[in-house]
Amino acid sequence: MNISNKIMDGIASMGRGLLDNLAGLGRASMVLVHALFVWPQPKTSFSLVVKQLYNVGVKSLLIIVVSGLFIGMVLGLQGYTILVDFGSEQSVGQMVALSLVRELAPVVTALLFAGRAGSALTAEIGLMKATEQLASLEMIGVDPLRRIVAPRLWAGFISMPILSMIFAIVGVYGGALVSIEWLGVFSGSYWSVMQGAVDFYDDILNGVIKAVVFGFAITWIAVYQGLESVPTSEGISQSTTRTVVYSSLIILALDFVLTALMFGDV
Amino acid sequence: MHTRTIEILVGLFLIAGVVAALALAINVSGLTGSNNGSYKVYAHFENIGGLTKKAEVTLAGVQIGTVTQISIDADLLVAKVEMEIFSEVNYLSIDSSVQILTAGLLGGKYIGLSVGAEDEVLVEGSIIEDSQSALVLEELIGKFLFDKVSE
Repeated sequence: MNISNKIMDGIASMGRGLLDNLAGLGRASMVLVHALFVWPQPKTSFSLVVKQLYNVGVKSLLIIVVSGLFIGMVLGLQGYTILVDFGSEQSVGQMVALSLVRELAPVVTALLFAGRAGSALTAEIGLMKATEQLASLEMIGVDPLRRIVAPRLWAGFISMPILSMIFAIVGVYGGALVSIEWLGVFSGSYWSVMQGAVDFYDDILNGVIKAVVFGFAITWIAVYQGLESVPTSEGISQSTTRTVVYSSLIILALDFVLTALMFGDV
Repeated sequence: MHTRTIEILVGLFLIAGVVAALALAINVSGLTGSNNGSYKVYAHFENIGGLTKKAEVTLAGVQIGTVTQISIDADLLVAKVEMEIFSEVNYLSIDSSVQILTAGLLGGKYIGLSVGAEDEVLVEGSIIEDSQSALVLEELIGKFLFDKVSE
């Protein structure tokens, strides 16, 4: 009797967990639809988006540029040491550029963006909720989704592809610095082999599409976790952690799916 | 921070994004909207042996153009290679010869051009008559074996 009760409890709690997750997904979709598909008020919306672009985009620029430079330099160094064994060190530019624009720029930018901007978004919105600023906005007749959430979502979508492209170009020049200036690869072949191998539509545009999708996923997760956070200090810290963990997992999983779709049959 | 400063910084950020996109398009993928500054010449090869589009065309090892198209000439049943030569290189004689070469042991194929002695120069649409095909390893080995057997 006792055992069968426990089994029933287990099944019931599994069902509850599943329903909770489903409800969470539903709420997250409602937040997204509600925040994105509202009639914009040109005057206020625009300046709010600019403010958030500064917060999530401009402030992330330094970490993106520095990481891009070093990743490009490491790729140049590693690529050179491997390729020089086969006497084809002039292909190092191709290796650096293709790994950056197809894979590393969108993925590493997205991981850094989740840590740098996603966590900040969650903490900010979570604290607004804990200090009842969101409730106060509603009291005075301002829709918090429109005023607080929508500009942050848009800023995230706009910043991610820009940051990813900056990461890629800084990385390519970092690779050029190491392989041309330090290791002595002929600069003409570095650039011309690269230009021969990289296709604008297949490689660069697909990389940008990846970045847009990742930006969408990260900001959506961050904003939703902020809105759903338990309004205590512990609750906010847990939501912030969840934002980074969920975003990173989703980025890597989505990256596999997108890579299979874009480059799978090549 | 002052709103004005924030606006200026965001403007700079967006411009940096556009500059990065342009740099990726032009420097990294070599995308150019128009083909001003170059002229097209053609050559026929019996076998192009792995030559690809965007391969280099060189004179004395220095790049003077790129391969832009490879097709089959339906009348002669040989490969027809279209090359774009930079327009500042306007002194290649009409009896120049082209040869398909390999960069390094594993490197890509490229076209090496050697100039001739004529005064007349290559212009848009010229056809280079003197061409030497790529070396195909299997053919070389086959010829070598055949010679050995017939000795």
